[in-house]
Amino acid sequence: MGGGKEARRGDVLLSGEGLVRRYDDATVVDVDSIEVRTGEVLAVLGPNGAGKSTLLRLLAALEAPEDGRLLYRGRAVGRDDPELRRTVAAVLQRPYLWRGTVAGNVEFALKARRLSASERRERVRQALQMVDIVDLADVPVDTLSGGEAQRVALARALAVEPEILFLDEPTADLDVSVRRRLLGDLERIVRHAAPAIVLVTHDPGEAFALADRVVVMEGGRIVQAGTPAEIFESPATEFVASFTGAEFMLNGTVSKVDEGTMTVRLESGASLEAAGSAEPGARVRVGYRPEDVVVSLPQSSSTSARNRFDTTVAHLHPRGGLVRLRLEADSLSLEAVITRHAMEELGLQVGTSVVAQVKATALHVFPA
Amino acid sequence: MDVLVDAARQALALLLSGDPYLWGIIARSLQVSGSAVALGLLVGIPIGTWLGLTRFPGRGIAVALVNTGLALPPVVVGLFVYLLLSRQGPFGELGWLYTTSAMIAAQVVLAAPYVAAITLAAVQAVPPELRLQARALGAGRWQALLLHLREARLSLMAAVAAGFGAVISEVGAVMMVGGNVHGETRVITTAIVLETRRGQFATAMALGLILLAIAFAANAFITRVQQAAPRRRRPLTS
Repeated sequence: MGGGKEARRGDVLLSGEGLVRRYDDATVVDVDSIEVRTGEVLAVLGPNGAGKSTLLRLLAALEAPEDGRLLYRGRAVGRDDPELRRTVAAVLQRPYLWRGTVAGNVEFALKARRLSASERRERVRQALQMVDIVDLADVPVDTLSGGEAQRVALARALAVEPEILFLDEPTADLDVSVRRRLLGDLERIVRHAAPAIVLVTHDPGEAFALADRVVVMEGGRIVQAGTPAEIFESPATEFVASFTGAEFMLNGTVSKVDEGTMTVRLESGASLEAAGSAEPGARVRVGYRPEDVVVSLPQSSSTSARNRFDTTVAHLHPRGGLVRLRLEADSLSLEAVITRHAMEELGLQVGTSVVAQVKATALHVFPA
Repeated sequence: MDVLVDAARQALALLLSGDPYLWGIIARSLQVSGSAVALGLLVGIPIGTWLGLTRFPGRGIAVALVNTGLALPPVVVGLFVYLLLSRQGPFGELGWLYTTSAMIAAQVVLAAPYVAAITLAAVQAVPPELRLQARALGAGRWQALLLHLREARLSLMAAVAAGFGAVISEVGAVMMVGGNVHGETRVITTAIVLETRRGQFATAMALGLILLAIAFAANAFITRVQQAAPRRRRPLTS
């Protein structure tokens, strides 16, 4: 790396190489390579227990790995590296506030950095303004609501104007409406908060909404890294697909492969065409997203699509503005999601005959 | 029963009259035990913090030793300090025996375990993530540690009160190393022993009342600290 401090967009700020962390005998994190670049929001996505928070603590140099190393601007760094400590800030999963007022909490890290009183006042005001809690400045923290406490935790980190900001599940633990509001604010804040942001979340929606790049973790390892679109459209493994909302059909066998498409014969007898290729005869699992299933009435559906099934509505599960349908055919059953409005337009009820279609590119085929 | 009531009545009169002998003893008691607790804090807080926040082989034994320290018999402490300070002892040169310095030294040994034990519990009661969060915002190790202690400050004040309560009411150690010299090393407890033996029940009772009041104040403070619950201005979810 050059000696200049001004980082350009896309420069690697922080990277982990071969990071391994064990607790007792269990390997919690085992990550070959991860990079945090200037100008990006990187989401670390995975289920509970995937090692996300531990990876965050390793990257923020709050914990030391058993193996591997952390590089900041190309230089190996540890927990007590003064430059790294000054330039990163992390918000842990729960807002661990210390006794005192909201402003006192936000000011703490600024005092630790020996900023002047007037500069501290100004930064505290700005940070509280960013998270919209200026009026709570002098309130004791033990009287705050959960959402307010989470905002204080965020303001505390914003005030130090970090180069890399780590957020560990910033909206977990909050009830739905508070969560939605904070998420909305995060979308607004995140772009201006820091040159680089690492966001740990178990919620694919949150990751896809906020991140430029996503790494998906399973069992301590990174199983896929890419843009939200890449992860969503071409999940690398069955786990990634199902974690990001895919449903799976019965197992099948690849019966024919032909220029980027293959034919899969399911155990139930149904035949599907999917994009991609595999060895003929290979045992596979076929996944799809319920929202990729196009539902229409028999008389108005086109007949040219490849994966076209005559089905009957077996169940209707309204979920707010959306309705989840279970569609049964002789040899197949499918989940579909349509809007409540579309359901009413089509006059769907249990027993209605409908045509379900799925594009070949919307089917994701994984080894069984 | 009359003896008791009479003594109590005379004791109150003595206290209210501002008897110089009586108040001199009370002042010396406060000075000796106050100094001992202050020094006990300097020793006990680092030990308690260290034992509370670190893990090392033999830590269990160290914690057990600190807890044993809570039950140290004052006369035994008095004996050891006496031997250390006696003319033939290693610190005989200091000439501290039968001075308030010796009494303070003995009471530091008695107070430090109280401070260490309560500090240990207090720092362990603060979530360790708090220190991690401080580090995560750029605080150095010491800054994070100070923050941790600040979070435990109410309990640490209880440590002060408990240590003070323990030493101001002990008689064995101060008697042995101080010698109960009139006007020099006589404190509340040793004076009570002497005045009772001399049949001066009113004086003994007056000092006893003061001692009770001090013990009550210390424990009332500890209770208040332990019962202090966070106030809630609003429900937790808005």
